[in-house]
Amino acid sequence: MRFPIWVRPVLFILALLALWQIAIDLHPGQLLPGPIAVFAATGELLQHGLLLKHVVASLFRVTWGFVLASITAIPLGLILGWYRRGEWAFNPLVQVFRPISPLAWIPIAILWFGIGDLSSIFLIFVGSFFPLLLTAMSAVQNIPAVYINAGSNFGLSSSDFVARVIYPAVAPRLLVGMRITLGIAWLVVVAAEMIAVNSGLGFLIVDARNAGNRYDLVVAGMLIIGIIGLLLDLGMRSIGRIKYFQWGD
Amino acid sequence: MSLPHTVIAASAAKPKLQVTGLSVVYQSNGKPLAAVEDINLEISDGEFVCLVGPSGCGKSTLMNAMGGFLSPSRGSVAIDGETVSGPDRRRILVFQEYAVFPWLTVEGNIGFGLSKLPREEREQRIAHYVELVRLQGFEHAYPSDLSGGMKQRLQVARALAVNPDVLFLDEPFGALDSITRVLMRAELLRIWQAERRTIVFVTHETDEAVQLADRVVVLSSRPARIQDILTIDIPHPRNISSPRYLALRDELLKMIGLAYEI
Amino acid sequence: MKKIRQPRRWEIWLWPLVTAALLLAVWQYSVLWTRTNVFPSPLGVWHGILGLSHEHVLWADIGASLRRVAVGFGAAVLVGIPLGLCLGWFPALHQVVNPVLEILRPISPIAWIPVAIVFFGVGDPAAIFLVFLGAFFPIVVACVGGVSSVPPLFRRAGRNFGLSNAQLLRRVVFPAALPQILIGLRIALGIGWLVVVAGEMIAVDSGLGYLVIDSRNSGKRYDLVVAAMLIIGIIGLILDAGFRTIERIRSVRWGFRHAV
Repeated sequence: MRFPIWVRPVLFILALLALWQIAIDLHPGQLLPGPIAVFAATGELLQHGLLLKHVVASLFRVTWGFVLASITAIPLGLILGWYRRGEWAFNPLVQVFRPISPLAWIPIAILWFGIGDLSSIFLIFVGSFFPLLLTAMSAVQNIPAVYINAGSNFGLSSSDFVARVIYPAVAPRLLVGMRITLGIAWLVVVAAEMIAVNSGLGFLIVDARNAGNRYDLVVAGMLIIGIIGLLLDLGMRSIGRIKYFQWGD
Repeated sequence: MSLPHTVIAASAAKPKLQVTGLSVVYQSNGKPLAAVEDINLEISDGEFVCLVGPSGCGKSTLMNAMGGFLSPSRGSVAIDGETVSGPDRRRILVFQEYAVFPWLTVEGNIGFGLSKLPREEREQRIAHYVELVRLQGFEHAYPSDLSGGMKQRLQVARALAVNPDVLFLDEPFGALDSITRVLMRAELLRIWQAERRTIVFVTHETDEAVQLADRVVVLSSRPARIQDILTIDIPHPRNISSPRYLALRDELLKMIGLAYEI
Repeated sequence: MKKIRQPRRWEIWLWPLVTAALLLAVWQYSVLWTRTNVFPSPLGVWHGILGLSHEHVLWADIGASLRRVAVGFGAAVLVGIPLGLCLGWFPALHQVVNPVLEILRPISPIAWIPVAIVFFGVGDPAAIFLVFLGAFFPIVVACVGGVSSVPPLFRRAGRNFGLSNAQLLRRVVFPAALPQILIGLRIALGIGWLVVVAGEMIAVDSGLGYLVIDSRNSGKRYDLVVAAMLIIGIIGLILDAGFRTIERIRSVRWGFRHAV
């Protein structure tokens, strides 16, 4: 007997949830909630409209930080990647900044922007900027020389050359890099909200724990974070599936 | 004040493409390495010239210098008396690798160099060259859906569409299987006879050279120098088992220094 | 027109120094210009680094951070590689398990802190657990990708020589997938380094992350904050460079000739 393709994964998830519930039931007096409690907590969040408020706050910050990082890092990276001396000049610095956890910037963010939206947008910007810069640099450097030669043969102006050869040639790689970076931005916003602001999904988690050990809300918040992150990733993937971008693989 | 008759005489004798004392020297690990040395060559309008030489001899370097992709260390290249100083749409290179843009359809690729034309004229031109290289029905296909031979035909169409004075082909059929290669040669000859462009064609296959060219320029191994020039005086279509064809091919093999018996 | 002459070799050293010098100059100038007495100048940071290096605490913090990364990353390797290989080997299994992984993956390891504290209390194991979470998912994804992109031809060739399943996995599939797996491990190590610092800012009271947050909280020593950040960056860079030298070993290098 053949099942539709989604049946087995769903069964697997249900089995995990059942195991989880049984494990919780076997240890009464536990801080951690079972799936039923988490489900109820999600309903509670939905009812008060709190969830929507937190989700919108988080998405708002991610959008701003990510967009700002994209419009600065991508053009800069394309330029640095195109000129070999540019890469030499900036690569070592970028390599030092990149491994610094965006959260380590929190003291500086608070010093410059105070506690609030701007701080967490700054942290997302820092977290997205360096990966995007490196992606853009390597995307330009990996344009097959034959496309550049062929393109430069038709007497295009420099702006035409960028728009009609460089940009389409780097687009597939850039898109992959942007998808990965959006994932990073989503990780960072949640972490930043746990420290620097008083709204958003990260704040929801920390607040639920600190104000009365509501672990059912904590886990519900985590799952919502996971699902939204997955949706963001799927959205970026579906852009990558457009034929125009697809030749890269 | 110049004398009228000398001007006329000069322009009548003036070749389409003139290479004078051309040398290209690379820096390799700090040492100069000559790739092309002292090439002097004249190609007339509408002529089909093949450059033949052992692999790695500097054929492609010579062609890149002629196309303006590489600045020569000494000497110069002139087309219609004008010195070549960079890539230009009046002389298009066709590469061995599939250099069609994978992000554009067949139409998009052929129209790549035509963006300045009015829409109607551009579409006419695209349609004309789609037909010329026999890609009808594939106008909206992406290169990833085309075979190797079709990609190379598309590359030739993209080059011809901008009406170049000279077409440079750098081993364009080198990556194709031998049957497709023979078919592509016939196609190229058909296109050349229809449009009569000046063509410079790099190859390392003697058969290809003798089948296609009006003249075959034989280059020595690195650094490339002109060793011999062989005129192929057989009219098209050429019978490749005729005694004249075989004699010319044997002579070419001898010039390259290969035995023609295995 | 392309010139044949390449940039000179010494330029590869010159340009980074020029940029670094310019950056430091701009930094120093803007500190002077804004007359801030909170944000440190480069010189102040340099004194901060010197001061820290004379104290025992810096070396203890570096050691603590590195230890947590090593243990967490090691555990992620031990669990993640076998799991990833299995999922790559049995596509049907991957189909079943993947949705769960995809939901768990985008959850920031930091968001696990409350749960980690319930499980492990405040202290080392909680921080190690966070590193484990951060490194685990990239490793699994890289292994699945590596195994499933091994050309079927290799498997058939292996079968042809009469290899058993286990032999096939060990002698054909794993080596073929190794280049991609190593890239995944390097990325995972980088993430582990990001996470440990973040985790230490919240969950424990030692390590470089703690040094950052503690320098700020106890007396706004921003010179030490920036000094600690630079040290974090440099150690991260060294970890990454170390891993890249492994990728350069001959027996794994074949995969990198075309990739990146």
